[in-house]
Amino acid sequence: MNQRRLEIIFLPLALGLLFIAGWHFAVIGSHTKVFPSPLAVYRGFAELSRRGVLFPYIGASLLRVGAGYGLALMTGIPAGILLGSVGWASRAFGPLIQFLRPISPIAWIPVAIVLFGIGTTSTVFLIYIASFFPIVLASMNGVGAVPKMYTDAGRNFGLSKGKLLLRVVFPAALPSILIGLRLALGIAWLVVVAAEMIAVDSGLGYLIIDARNAGKRYDLVVAGMLLIGVIGLGLNILIRRVETLRPVQWGFRAE
Amino acid sequence: MSAPPSPGNRKLHVSDLDVTFGANASRVEVLRKINLEVGEGEFVCILGPSGCGKSTLLNVIGGFLPASGGAVTIDGERVTGPDPRRIFVFQERGVFPWLTVEGNIGFGLSKLDPAEKKKRIDHYVKLVGLVGFEHSYPSELSGGMKQRVEVARALAVNPDILYLDEPFGALDSITRLIMRSELLRIWRAEKKTILFVTHDIEESVQLADRVVVMSSRPARIQTIVEIDIPHPRDLSSPRYLELRDGIFGEIGLAHKI
Amino acid sequence: MRLLRKLLPLAGIAILLLGWDLAVRSSSSMILPGPGKVFLALVELARKGLLVRHVVASLFRVTWGFLGAVVFAIPLGIILGWNRRLGLSVSPFLEILRPISPLAWIPIAILWFGVGDPSAIFIIFLGSLLPMTVASMNAIRSVPQIHVNAGKNFGLSDLELLRRVVLPSILPQLFVALRLTLGVAWLVVVAAEMIAVRSGLGFLIVDSRNAGDRYDLVIAGMVLIGLIGIALDAGIRKVEVR
Repeated sequence: MNQRRLEIIFLPLALGLLFIAGWHFAVIGSHTKVFPSPLAVYRGFAELSRRGVLFPYIGASLLRVGAGYGLALMTGIPAGILLGSVGWASRAFGPLIQFLRPISPIAWIPVAIVLFGIGTTSTVFLIYIASFFPIVLASMNGVGAVPKMYTDAGRNFGLSKGKLLLRVVFPAALPSILIGLRLALGIAWLVVVAAEMIAVDSGLGYLIIDARNAGKRYDLVVAGMLLIGVIGLGLNILIRRVETLRPVQWGFRAE
Repeated sequence: MSAPPSPGNRKLHVSDLDVTFGANASRVEVLRKINLEVGEGEFVCILGPSGCGKSTLLNVIGGFLPASGGAVTIDGERVTGPDPRRIFVFQERGVFPWLTVEGNIGFGLSKLDPAEKKKRIDHYVKLVGLVGFEHSYPSELSGGMKQRVEVARALAVNPDILYLDEPFGALDSITRLIMRSELLRIWRAEKKTILFVTHDIEESVQLADRVVVMSSRPARIQTIVEIDIPHPRDLSSPRYLELRDGIFGEIGLAHKI
Repeated sequence: MRLLRKLLPLAGIAILLLGWDLAVRSSSSMILPGPGKVFLALVELARKGLLVRHVVASLFRVTWGFLGAVVFAIPLGIILGWNRRLGLSVSPFLEILRPISPLAWIPIAILWFGVGDPSAIFIIFLGSLLPMTVASMNAIRSVPQIHVNAGKNFGLSDLELLRRVVLPSILPQLFVALRLTLGVAWLVVVAAEMIAVRSGLGFLIVDSRNAGDRYDLVIAGMVLIGLIGIALDAGIRKVEVR
């Protein structure tokens, strides 16, 4: 077991060092004027921190995600559960949702701008739209996959329709819903960056576009990208933790 | 043939039950003219090969499926849907995986005050022999233990009748023997009426007061055999073997493999 | 009764259209168009031959980017899934790269490829590469050990094992991954086109707004995107079933 743990830590570390070294020499060897070396990126981080924009930008992005995603969660789960449990509703609205889903949140940007103007509200709206559909679909599917045995047992104990949804259907569908939530969080993070590139003047997405436009500061561009990657990973790990909680763990084990 | 329960003792009454699935060209007649009476406190087994419709029969009696013709009455009332007074026990997969043992057993007890509820849960945890596992989740339990949880959950709401649909089917044969004697112990302690569906001939003779032998589709009651051996049943006694072989013969199975 | 079932989706769409129309009328907005105007916009595009042109442009980019990614991703994913050490080393990096929106790569793409088609295709390539690689990796990892053992029992070499046991076993999962990744690619193409090129549905949306607040064209574009998205998805499902 110990050897495994060592491997999990050291192998990526070794590869990472190799990669950084390779990157460094590639930059030097190709005499590029613009593409940053690892050192330049590191200095870029320091600069951002010194200028006092590092944490405010991160905070801005996270806040927007929180708002949009939170709203999607609160509206999407009930919507999905209702659609999934009322037979005709899923047949009526399912295709509609399937139709709206492939429309990239980016495509919604003009609509967002018309409705809310440039600024944070627009981005929150975009994040909401992007997160809403996966959550609704996951909830719908989760509800549909609840074994009839559970709902039968619930009815057997005399539960009303509402109580049945709350005490049987929802807990039974929770693992599927969580998978949708994880997916939606990933999407929300992708979208916030994209939305910020176009519609606001703070946040990590803005940092990247601005760094390039304002002065071809590719060191800051790459620094920004790394930040995005790491924070996105962090969010993913967080929600994976939720999946290990006892009341839902059962849905994630291989039977 | 056996004696039906006396009129004063009659609890459950199935009269002229017909069940047909599908329509027109895809019609399947699953049950035909089923007539059955079960007395209070009786243990009745419904026996038949897989797919013969016995689970369907139990589901209709339990109110989970509608009848196409005929009726099921309990205590004089017609059965129109599932009812907490008659709890259905599925195979061990019926246990709710998101609740602990305690949570499962207490599932139907939300109308009780917390102290009473705790007392009830503790009683049934002890009854089914799961003391110490109150806070465990079903994924941490074996198949036999999960089945005990489901039985405890059913008993906790103090139903009149228990319906069991091949509850021990997914368990290994050793656990099955243990579970059968446990079930009988609980039955004698709680004095419930039990309807038990199985395809296992030995199981039916070991457990039941009367065995309802069913034929294949469309399912009809072929015969009802009264098991007059007292509990605890000696599985080597001549009477046991005689009854068992009798049923083998009824179903038309040879003894030698 | 069956007919009613079939009509239900139409009912849902009808409700949406009605709601949309009412919302636009009641808000007296001069800018946001109702369904009628959007339909006319679609007709206009078709008449001018622009409909086909933009759709084809977008599809063209998606196809190249997606296929290019798949060609790299599946073998890469298989190798990473097969070789445990390699998979362990590379996984963390994949996990860090995944949350980075393909759009964040735009500055780099423009740096390397300049503005134009190659940039857009590169972005789509990136957007599809990661999900497909990870999915292939997971598919390999989930092949039941008993199948592998059975193959070895029959004396298959590693390569044969791969070809005759592993690959057929992961095929269904690969198809699901292909379908999902194609969906992602379709999302990305729109975004990529908004920034780097002068044709395609993404460009149509941005240009219609910038060039004259033609929101009817904007929404027409969105409708097209949605429809083609469904079509692509349905297309792969058909192949999956086979």
